[in-house]
Amino acid sequence: MPRFVALAYLTAVLLAPLTMVFWRTFQHGLAPVWGALSNPETVHAFKLTLIVTAIAVPVNTIFGVAVSLLIVRKRFPGKGVLNAFIDLPLALSPVVVGLSLYLLYGRNGWFGSWLLGHGIQVLFAWPAIVLATIFASVPFVAREVIPTLRELGDEQEQAASTLGASGWQTFRRITLPSIRWAVIYGVVLTTARSLGEYGAVAIVSGRIVGRTETATLRVDDSYQNFDLTGAYSISLVLAATAVVVLILMTVLKPKEQMA
Amino acid sequence: MSIEIRHVTKRFGEAVAVDDVSLEVETGSLTALLGPSGSGKSTLLRIVAGLETPDAGEVILSGEDATTLSPQKRNVGFVFQHYAAFKHMTVRNNIAFGLTIRKRPKNEIRERVEELLALVQLQGFADRYPAQLSGGQRQRMALARALAAEPKVLLLDEPFGALDARVRAELRDWLRRLHEEVHVTTVFVTHDQEEAMEVADRVAVLNRGRLEQIGSPLDLYDEPASEFVMRFVGDAHDLGGALVRPHDVALRREPGDGAVEVAIERITVLGADARVELVDGDGARLAARLRRDEVEELDLEEGEILWVRPERERVFSS
Repeated sequence: MPRFVALAYLTAVLLAPLTMVFWRTFQHGLAPVWGALSNPETVHAFKLTLIVTAIAVPVNTIFGVAVSLLIVRKRFPGKGVLNAFIDLPLALSPVVVGLSLYLLYGRNGWFGSWLLGHGIQVLFAWPAIVLATIFASVPFVAREVIPTLRELGDEQEQAASTLGASGWQTFRRITLPSIRWAVIYGVVLTTARSLGEYGAVAIVSGRIVGRTETATLRVDDSYQNFDLTGAYSISLVLAATAVVVLILMTVLKPKEQMA
Repeated sequence: MSIEIRHVTKRFGEAVAVDDVSLEVETGSLTALLGPSGSGKSTLLRIVAGLETPDAGEVILSGEDATTLSPQKRNVGFVFQHYAAFKHMTVRNNIAFGLTIRKRPKNEIRERVEELLALVQLQGFADRYPAQLSGGQRQRMALARALAAEPKVLLLDEPFGALDARVRAELRDWLRRLHEEVHVTTVFVTHDQEEAMEVADRVAVLNRGRLEQIGSPLDLYDEPASEFVMRFVGDAHDLGGALVRPHDVALRREPGDGAVEVAIERITVLGADARVELVDGDGARLAARLRRDEVEELDLEEGEILWVRPERERVFSS
């Protein structure tokens, strides 16, 4: 019985809407879908999303692993605050994030006026989109890696150091292989979040079609302009990516128990 | 290589883990750091390895000040209580780790690993992962790993603490034999006095962060420097304001000579020996250890009244 309830709940909340998107997209066959997806502005939106993701994911992976090591392995004042701060993007509405970036990098913002004075445009350009995406996807790697590092303990690392390994060698040969599944899991979640970020990007990007419009913004734009096939097609690509991500995670996960 | 610890102190917050300890470990010796939990023995060992930094004092390795040297540069082998096996590596790669880090040639590493596998009797387990080994096997692997890069000192932190009694006894003998074979200066930490007495040729007794005494197992037993050592190393009982070992308790049928009146509570025969448990008028308990034939000669029975006198006793001013 509980199994049935859980299944029904998931069907109503997740599966049904996804199926609807799928059905709506292909309602009139393949040709209109292809037409919508090969629209140059849509192609540009996908490219922009991919580029932004390609920057945000490595940055947040490195940051996430580094900050996890800091929080789990080191003692320093303000550690608790840092730990809590990592979760901020989860608690904060993306719109608020967008607005704060707007205030910082806008014409009269703290950084914005200085940067503009040096000819660097952040707001309404790709740097702002990258910043907003990075901000939104900060917690995922750290949240996966921190508990794994705690459980791992530091004895193996100490053993490596007594065996002559430097800090970097210990990290490369002992720590990283031990936390690799947590990192991969975090990367997958970060990627999914980066591809799907909407609220913060919507505010700081300026939504200039063919220039600062990401895939999610393009969905909204198409929808607002009654181009339902376009909106559904792009949504489908995003949803399909999510499904692939899920499958990847399921395939990757069992290996963790074997190691 | 010799180890010299000079006035080392280590605090964790308010608690003093190691309190002004100085001691020397001679080259090639097998020394035990013995003490109850919280005596600072593990902390002291970790300070020697460089895994902890002392708040005061110096660690001299082979005559050179190593106090601020990182563990990486000390060339010590360290064995942890819970093995600290590299779980994602095979036994072979675990053992080879120190050599791989030092970028030794591949065939040299292979030969050395084979040699060590034979030494710790793990041939045939080279391609297994630590999870596929028993506790005793894992600890032997950890030992081989620690020995691989030919460390100048081998440090073992409660190496048998997590193993069951039988494996423990086996590994104890084995460590003793290994030391005779390899002859590397070895220090191990234990809370088990029997283990320390059996395996080590020198024992340092620690209590509440302080060094109570260092000496041969026999010295500690026969000439304990403090009440703590007397009580911790072997059995000791209070008798008339002094401490006495069970085999130094003489039993008599007649009073006199300041002998104390006691009742026999229980007689336990342990092979060739017997243990006679006694209780005096104040309810204080002590035990006498004598040969079985002595018990038979005296015709002792439970419930009888006797007089005891220490043949050798010690009084420690506290």
